[in-house]
Amino acid sequence: MGNKIANRQVICDTLLELAQSDRDIMVLASDSRGSAAMGPFAQDYPEQFVEVGIAEQNIVGISAGLAHSGKKPFVTSPACFLSMRSIEQIKVDVAYSATNVKLIGISGGISYGALGMSHHSVQDLAVTRAIPGLAVILPADRHETKRMTEALVNYEGGVYVRIGRNPVEDVYESADYDFVIGKAVTMRDGSDITLIAAGETVRIALDAEVKLKEAGVSCRVINMHTIKPLDEEAIIKAARETGRIITVEEHSVHGGLGAAVAEVVVQHHPVPLRLLGIPDEPAIAGKTKEVFEHYGISAENIKNLALDMLGQ
Amino acid sequence: MEIIELKAKAAQIRMDLLQMIHGAKAGHTGGSLSNADILTALYYRVMNLDPARPKWEDRDRFIASKGHAVESLWCILADRGFFPKEELETFSQFGTRLIGHPNNKVPGIEMNTGALGHGLAISVGMALASKRDGRGYRVFCLMGDGEQAEGSVWEAAMAGAHYKLDNLVGIIDRNGLQISGSTEEVMGLDPLDEKWAAFGWHVISIDGNDMEQLVDTLEAAPTVPGKPTLIIANTVKAKGISFAENVPHWHHHVPSDEELAQALAELSAVLAGYQQEGQVR
Ligand SMILES: Cc1ncc(C[n+]2csc(CCOP(=O)(O)OP(=O)(O)O)c2C)c(N)n1
Repeated sequence: MGNKIANRQVICDTLLELAQSDRDIMVLASDSRGSAAMGPFAQDYPEQFVEVGIAEQNIVGISAGLAHSGKKPFVTSPACFLSMRSIEQIKVDVAYSATNVKLIGISGGISYGALGMSHHSVQDLAVTRAIPGLAVILPADRHETKRMTEALVNYEGGVYVRIGRNPVEDVYESADYDFVIGKAVTMRDGSDITLIAAGETVRIALDAEVKLKEAGVSCRVINMHTIKPLDEEAIIKAARETGRIITVEEHSVHGGLGAAVAEVVVQHHPVPLRLLGIPDEPAIAGKTKEVFEHYGISAENIKNLALDMLGQ
Repeated sequence: MEIIELKAKAAQIRMDLLQMIHGAKAGHTGGSLSNADILTALYYRVMNLDPARPKWEDRDRFIASKGHAVESLWCILADRGFFPKEELETFSQFGTRLIGHPNNKVPGIEMNTGALGHGLAISVGMALASKRDGRGYRVFCLMGDGEQAEGSVWEAAMAGAHYKLDNLVGIIDRNGLQISGSTEEVMGLDPLDEKWAAFGWHVISIDGNDMEQLVDTLEAAPTVPGKPTLIIANTVKAKGISFAENVPHWHHHVPSDEELAQALAELSAVLAGYQQEGQVR
């Protein structure tokens, strides 16, 4: 497993490395440099850092202007505010105007458990995914986050990235694998059922796969790190080859990963599909693990759901 | 309540909220301590309220636009009897309704806040309704100074003056700090008073940790017919704990066992002083 590291930390470390030789990389913060773990960047590269204060609409507009002038801005701000409060700036100034802005939504999902719905970010995928031209990515662990950050620097165009707050367990053994924006990773192959997860729920899906194997079930696990552009091919293949799919996400069941998968499945190869996520209610207060347990976003529940779908 | 009793109450509320935050291992300590005197003045003296009827139509309204500093509010609402005091122990715990921001499932809370820059617009709406209905209740809205960077604050400021809401009182907890450091480093605000005045508000600057000034100003507000009032309450972040005052990381620092013990010792000495003074009078 290695040491647990928060993905926000990895983004800062990687940008610190890359900024040395790429003076166009810029980091912006909205009184959020601590939450984004960007303190060291602000310290080491003051000329490549911009503080805008508590102003999430402004941070996106300013970034679009910087990008228009050849900079490579990385906007770091809490996912809840960055994705929803600034959504019009994202739609018009970033996506529609095709500016090269990387939006890093920090403390996403229900990272801010007991702070309530204002701070939960479980609609962000639904909203950002609906914007033409905007890529939407959820890296799973430190290795993937590092690869993703490197890819983002070389990617032309608007991207929304969502990461959580806490240190996460590894799902990859090393960063030595092929990360391609828009290309899903099959983490485990299997033939009875497919689990599709993204971001920090990939770990839960992998744990469920182990339990299912013990129960004699051959389970495929797909890491759909890019929600948009979606790897439709991987989904259709899984539907065809395994006949059943469960999606697992730290997002509302409306409009997120599960919905995106469902859109593909129902149009191309209809099979039984279950969506695990946050139901249509303000999420209960608590720590991430407590909230996940409450809504059945756990390896044990996924195992039971899979067995149920398999008629066992 | 008399001034000396209000001072004692504020010290008590500070002790309560520190214990609550320490127990929950979560909370926004600094901003809640800086605004404890403002809320004490409002809830024990200035506002027209009835804890037995939290939805009483003619009550004055309070909106915590800086919703993260809810701890002082939870302690005050419990102490005033809006809900049982024991419930404070559930603060931030699994399934609680006493979450880390105002939650209107709890009696005494008008609106859910927590995303900064929402409160003043809501307050403008309430003050406008009070006027249109001829009810005459007042609306008090507490904002952070860091929060002033949100453009929505200024949209609401414009509307408040446009509709001549002289039943609306904005209060800025001017403690000079936000998360990343001082407000002047993060996003300069000064001259804050001139900005609000230019937007058509009647602006008053006071010491926001001085109970006499708070009570005098809040009781008299709004003071100018046809204008909303903006009180710049100059405060100290983490006010009341000598070693935490003006230290940025106390924004959401949870006191250790030793820090709590020391803070409670300081505050109980202050409280005892006020109690003695109160008896002498
Ligand atoms: C829209 C929005 N952006 C960011 C935050 C995160 N946040 C919570 S408190 C805070 C700092 C607030 O500073 P200030 O308004 O000065 O309040 P105080 O110092 O009195 O606590 C920030 C950035 C938020 N709650 N809402």
